[in-house]
Amino acid sequence: MVQSEVIKVSNLDLTFETNDGPVHALKNVDLKIDKGEFVSFIGPSGCGKTTLLRVLADLDEPTDGDVTVNGVSPREARESRAYGYVFQAAGLYPWRNIAANIKLPLEIMGYSKEEQLKRVKKVLDLVELTGFEKKFPWQLSGGMQQRASIARALAFDADILLMDEPFGALDEIVRDHLNEQLLKLWKSTNKTICFVTHSIPEAVYLSTKIVVMSPRPGRIIDVINSDLPTERPLEIRDSKEFIEISQRVREGLRAGHSDE
Amino acid sequence: MNKRSWIGSDNKILPVVCIITFIVIIWYGFSIVLNAPWEYDKAKRNSITLSTADLVSQTWSQKRPKLPTPHQVTKEIWNTTVNQKVTSKRSLIYHGLITFYETIYGFAFGTGLGILLAIGIVYNRATAMSVMPWIITSQTIPILAIAPMIVVALGSAGFSGLMPIAIISMYLSFFPVVVGMVKGLKSAEQLEIDQMKTWSASKTQVLFKLRAPRSTPYLFTSLKLGMAASLVGAIVGELPSGGGKGLGFRMLSGSTFGNTLHIWSGLFSAAILAGSLIAIISIIQRVVLKRMALEL
Repeated sequence: MVQSEVIKVSNLDLTFETNDGPVHALKNVDLKIDKGEFVSFIGPSGCGKTTLLRVLADLDEPTDGDVTVNGVSPREARESRAYGYVFQAAGLYPWRNIAANIKLPLEIMGYSKEEQLKRVKKVLDLVELTGFEKKFPWQLSGGMQQRASIARALAFDADILLMDEPFGALDEIVRDHLNEQLLKLWKSTNKTICFVTHSIPEAVYLSTKIVVMSPRPGRIIDVINSDLPTERPLEIRDSKEFIEISQRVREGLRAGHSDE
Repeated sequence: MNKRSWIGSDNKILPVVCIITFIVIIWYGFSIVLNAPWEYDKAKRNSITLSTADLVSQTWSQKRPKLPTPHQVTKEIWNTTVNQKVTSKRSLIYHGLITFYETIYGFAFGTGLGILLAIGIVYNRATAMSVMPWIITSQTIPILAIAPMIVVALGSAGFSGLMPIAIISMYLSFFPVVVGMVKGLKSAEQLEIDQMKTWSASKTQVLFKLRAPRSTPYLFTSLKLGMAASLVGAIVGELPSGGGKGLGFRMLSGSTFGNTLHIWSGLFSAAILAGSLIAIISIIQRVVLKRMALEL
């Protein structure tokens, strides 16, 4: 493969100026993500995991350091529509039905009407929401809304999917189901996924690589490559390997906290 | 619940009827008090003593009362609407239609201007800094002071009749639209703005696909305030323009010639006109917001 390295972060520093003085959100962050990886960012709140994702998406600007996405700057990557971003809240427009909501980025990017319809159909099928085209967001459950929002991020077929705690507000049963679906989707589309989460089981279950982060200043304290098989039924969470990786994540999180 | 709803707490009719009854009673009372001196004078001149019943019946039926009674005003409105040709200058409908057109033009101009200014303010810091103080200043100047100047200035530029009055009406109505729409266009959430950024949407796309629909609830609130202001502007604008038409003129001439019935009937027509126009906006508001699943 010519370009297997999709995301490269070196020496990243980010300081927010606030009324209470500067906040060191990210310090000395180095990270490489290869094509087709599923990378989870885990850590307590304030560890900068969302900020890191926002830097990759060009929603926040680093104070110092180098970031490349697809070999170019985050801004160029954003402008070439290199990634789809899924926010914590579904953020669907209440005045648009599901199909029209998914069409929204396609309209903005200037896809033809036929192409829009084709793509809406395809991504609704991917997230198993076929038949809900005409429904409005308020007619859908929280989990379905978040699936629609993922479909919208997939609609323009970017190679990278950035997800900021997309299932954070959902209950555990729905979450399990969506995690399974997301894995299936990842395997069938071969996208590179960056996934921010609070939950250790979620991170271990989904990822090929787990980035453990710690707060004040936000930094990476461990990067764990998971060697779980690609085929992952939910029961895998009771296996020895799964528990071992979970423990390593937990230790990392604890180590990050101990120096406070 | 339906059986008793006419008296239930969720019902609006009963309180309204109560208030109206209360106002009408007070009104009749004041009619006696305010019109009594003239009756006493008359009685004194003719050396008769007035019984209370006589006083009441006479104060309630004067030809040129200080304060006409509700039934006199109602009769006057009836006579000048149903019993007059619409084209007649004695018809309240004729005057009402004139004021209606002025209001609608002023409202349309004011809404357009208000929305354009709001977009400028939201999208351009320089516009916000330079225009906002003027907008606020404009509303601190009494419209009565400015209206004659607008009439004269536009008159010498060749505009007369409806146009100057519509401009005066616009002067009042654009303000609530600017204020409401600035707030409305800024009401999109940060997440939605970020989302647009991840799609590299242009400013125009953000305006039309996100900010404008998000501002609809604010737009309707602004439109209702703007409509009321337009009507006030139209009535005030009629006073110095000397066109001899419209509800404002009707009230002015009533005041000049001491014809209180003309004043009160004009006043009520204006109130009915304003109420109907705002009711129409309210209905559209309800339908549109329900369709968009938006709530203010």
